[in-house]
Amino acid sequence: MELLTPGFGLFFWTLIAFLTVFFLLKKFAWKPILEALNEREKNIADSISSAEKVREEMRQLKSEHEVLLNQAREERTLILKEAKEIKDKIINEAKDAAKDEAGKIMMETRQQIEFQKSAAIVDVKNQIGMLVIEVAEKVLRKELSAKQEQQDFIKKLASEIKLN
Amino acid sequence: MHANSIRGMRLRSLQSLKVIAVAILVMFSYTQVSFANPAQHDGETTAVEAEVAPHAEETEGKLDIKGEIFGHIRDSHDWHFFSIGEGHEATHVSIPLPVILVNPTNGTKVFMSSAFHHGHEPYEGYQLNTKNGKIESLDGSDFYDISITKNVVSMLLSLLILWFLMTGVAKKYKKNGTNVAPTGFQNALEPIIGFIQETVAKPFLGKQANKYMPLLLTLFFFIWTNNLLGLIPGGANLTGNIAVTLVLALVFFVVMLFNSNKYFWGHIFNPPGVPGWVKVILVPIEILSNLLIKPAALAIRLFANIFAGHTIILSIILLIFIFAGLSKIAGAAFVFVSVPFAIFMFFLELLVAAIQAFIFTNLTAVFIGQAIEEHHHDEAHEESHAH
Repeated sequence: MELLTPGFGLFFWTLIAFLTVFFLLKKFAWKPILEALNEREKNIADSISSAEKVREEMRQLKSEHEVLLNQAREERTLILKEAKEIKDKIINEAKDAAKDEAGKIMMETRQQIEFQKSAAIVDVKNQIGMLVIEVAEKVLRKELSAKQEQQDFIKKLASEIKLN
Repeated sequence: MHANSIRGMRLRSLQSLKVIAVAILVMFSYTQVSFANPAQHDGETTAVEAEVAPHAEETEGKLDIKGEIFGHIRDSHDWHFFSIGEGHEATHVSIPLPVILVNPTNGTKVFMSSAFHHGHEPYEGYQLNTKNGKIESLDGSDFYDISITKNVVSMLLSLLILWFLMTGVAKKYKKNGTNVAPTGFQNALEPIIGFIQETVAKPFLGKQANKYMPLLLTLFFFIWTNNLLGLIPGGANLTGNIAVTLVLALVFFVVMLFNSNKYFWGHIFNPPGVPGWVKVILVPIEILSNLLIKPAALAIRLFANIFAGHTIILSIILLIFIFAGLSKIAGAAFVFVSVPFAIFMFFLELLVAAIQAFIFTNLTAVFIGQAIEEHHHDEAHEESHAH
């Protein structure tokens, strides 16, 4: 049948043209296109894997970060605790010192008072003595005649004088 | 005889849906006119050519259906669009194409096909047979016809289109590199190339996929482009021509033979794990199936599919004129059946154009894949026989 008999001319031209265009396209079109597409494919795959890697790194960093943070937090509480202790200690020490000082001052004051008191007593005694002597002198001058009376009077005076 | 071919040429114009639409109107107006003046019906308009009833007994008036269809489907020496008028006075609107005849005895002749005056006159010892569209030598000497026919022109056109589209895209890739988003035709091309790479090349050719990608891409785009160009009304039926599909199959066959490995040949001539007497039967079958049936199947499948598609569309359109031959009203009425059906067929053929291109490419990959397959094929056989 006519349709099933390949025409020689068409066969000839198709063979030449197809092969020519095939080799030309292979060199000038398919090669750059396929190279570009493969390169892009590779780029995308690389990007995805590197992104995965970065994410993994990030996760590691984050966990490291968290560990550090926890450590820092612990350290902070520790430091705070220590500081508090130190503060308490200092306050207590200060209190103790103040108490001691106060005690000391009180004691000194008391001693001073005691000392002053005894000094005053001595003074008073001396003055009383002087007064006694004065009185005695006066009495003596007045009542020198009657010895008995003199003596009784002294005794009376003396007994009147009370220490303190 | 002449009238038939002229009528065929005229009908060619009706391939165009647009023209069909016009024809519908013309036929309508004509039927009305003929009702009014029944005596006045010898024709001016395109629709009138279909009117064959008055000359039913004369061969000239008969609609030569086979001639019409084959006239459209076969190759021709001029690119015919349409004709005005009838018989020898007809004005043909066509592009003459160069005729190249290599005759070992009479020498090579190169001239334009217009020299034949559409088969009416012989030229330089050759004449154009209007029945089959082939050139014959008057003295009966053998010659090679390597004319630039309609199909050759259409093919060169398609190759030019492919060349400009593909190198244009390649330039973009070269210019922009891979880090710039694709633009324009790149976007259309990229998924197709990716599709062929992922679903055709890689599954069947494995590691060697990249080596065969240029061949597969060229085959796919060549077939697809020409299938589509063949669908344009007035276009050439290139991929529905056995010569073209034979070339494509031949290219595949040569590639397969040059790349086939020892396992492929071993499997043909010494099928593993088969008893000696079975080999006597099996080896010829293997030789036939691998070395003849594979390329033949490729060539015939594409040819037959495209050929059949064109034939169906033409037949549906011709139905209008067959019915018009019986009665004008029947012909006019059948327009409403034929045209929608033809439109449906056009859409189907658009699909077939892509599918056949894909199938050809796919089978090429499958067959090459079988020829370059490594020896695990044999192991599988031995294993299955051991059970």
